[in-house]
Amino acid sequence: MRNVWTIASREYRHYFLSPVAYIVAFLILMLAGILFVFQLKSVQDMTYQGYYPNPPTAANSVIYPTAFMMLFAAPALTMRLLSEEQRSGTLELLLTAPLKDWELVVGKWLGAFMYILTVYVITLIIPIVLNRLVVPGIDIKATVAGYLALILFTAAFLAIGTAFSSMFNNQFAAFFATLITFVLLWWVVGWPANLIPAASGFFGYLHAYAHLTSMMQGAIALKDLVYFLSLTAVGLFVGTVAIEIRRWQ
Amino acid sequence: MIRATGLTKDYGSRRAIENLTFEANQGEIVGFLGPNGAGKTTTMRILTGYMPPTYGTAQVAGFDIIEESMEVRRRVGYLPETVPLYPDMTVYGYLKFMADLRHLPDPDDMIDETLEIVGMTERADGYISNLSKGMRQRVGLAQALLHKPEVLILDEPTIGLDPAQVVEVRNIIREIGKQRTVLLSTHILSEAQQVCDRVLILNRGRIVAEDTPENLQARLMGAERAILTVKGDADGLAALLAQIKGVKNVQARPDGGVEFQFAPGMDVRPEVARQTIQAGYDLLELRLMGLSLEEIFLELTRDSKISK
Ligand SMILES: Nc1ncnc2c1ncn2[C@@H]1O[C@H](COP(=O)(O)OP(=O)(O)OP(=O)(O)O)[C@@H](O)[C@H]1O
Ligand SMILES: [Mg+2]
Repeated sequence: MRNVWTIASREYRHYFLSPVAYIVAFLILMLAGILFVFQLKSVQDMTYQGYYPNPPTAANSVIYPTAFMMLFAAPALTMRLLSEEQRSGTLELLLTAPLKDWELVVGKWLGAFMYILTVYVITLIIPIVLNRLVVPGIDIKATVAGYLALILFTAAFLAIGTAFSSMFNNQFAAFFATLITFVLLWWVVGWPANLIPAASGFFGYLHAYAHLTSMMQGAIALKDLVYFLSLTAVGLFVGTVAIEIRRWQ
Repeated sequence: MIRATGLTKDYGSRRAIENLTFEANQGEIVGFLGPNGAGKTTTMRILTGYMPPTYGTAQVAGFDIIEESMEVRRRVGYLPETVPLYPDMTVYGYLKFMADLRHLPDPDDMIDETLEIVGMTERADGYISNLSKGMRQRVGLAQALLHKPEVLILDEPTIGLDPAQVVEVRNIIREIGKQRTVLLSTHILSEAQQVCDRVLILNRGRIVAEDTPENLQARLMGAERAILTVKGDADGLAALLAQIKGVKNVQARPDGGVEFQFAPGMDVRPEVARQTIQAGYDLLELRLMGLSLEEIFLELTRDSKISK
């Protein structure tokens, strides 16, 4: 565990030197900010009309848009995690240090995860302010469940990105492989789920979008938690296996 | 201590090293010498646990490299061929990171001590990206020395250093080699000669010779070689020498000198000098040419090519 932390904290600090990480943080916060302004419009309508045409929620202004942004941001954040070490030769240092392969992969993933959590903490301002403005306050249960969904969703997608980064020497290959996998999980597996009733259980379960939106409505269901946690575990496991295969060439 | 038995590594269908068996003991500095692609880096990567061998095994610091990789890695300091550095870190930050990975009990003391050894104390707070190539090489070396490893494996440790630093680094290695095991690779034959207690000459993945630098030299010197230089025209000199008893393989060199060989037991030089002068040449120089390790190396690597 100590080694995981050593790797993660180096990685975390590295994000604060990385332009890509700043762009990601900027885009997430900007999008949330713009959507927040639209929500304020709805708050203003309330003062004139006496009811909310669209009740402001954390899901609409922060959680859903951020999750959508992560489809592109997560591959950008994870693409260099291990590819870059391979390219610069530092992987040889890490793979000959007294460090298990899984500790390296989990540490890398954790560094990225902690960085994005830092960005998410900043977005908490929005639900807090909304809660003050809206009478009688926003739906706290849905907000908490929504944030939990966002965090689990992010953990899972970053793990997938980490896995591809340990498979590819080229960052851009890692980026696109990750992006394609996300698009599959977010949209494409939803189609057969609707079209083929026999397989709908299976494809429906793979559908990340469905799990995310169901949690955002305030329902914390075990099947959703299991989905995101097992996706995370699979990503980290595949990443570790990829490193081991790399040793064998 | 390093003990390798039958190490073989295939990259796909290409065999990089074949059946390498060798030892390096505590207090010994062993040099890997070989041309590009000989398999030096491959062997070192196997010994340090970076990748497993296809066949064979090895013990490093008393542990099996495959079964007890973590124990081996704890006890080995490794300087890879491409110096593994993070340019965005400071020298201190980088060594602290390595100290943390190695769970060192008092990292700051050990870092200070190591920086002192490699002469980088002043640059401790500087970013690695701002260092010269030689300084980076020394930071890489610091990383390998940091935890006072029992076994030190250095892949071309003096490459890219200026002559003064080369001397310094060789002194560091020699100092460390007194108590611990050092395996280093190099293309520089004089380095192997100066630093190593024993040299393994590698060619195309095989060990073609193994001995102390002195013994290698002696063993391969089947004949003494000498060179004779006269003032002015050396026409006919080669023919003259060829007639002297005991003189073999006479060759006129493009620079005007004449090279010849003779059996180690019978020195023909007095006779050669006499006859040269009697024939009316102005003798300038007559000296022995030792076979350098360089030539031994070329000789060995050429022979093994033919035998393949
Ligand atoms: N990752 C790899 N994939 C495929 N072949 C490789 C790989 N690394 C090395 N080889 C091959 O293995 C052989 C030995 O290479 P190695 O790097 O061990 O040589 P070396 O003695 O270190 O050479 P140099 O003096 O140039 O550093 C070479 O033929 C090389 O082409
Ligand atoms: Mg090499």
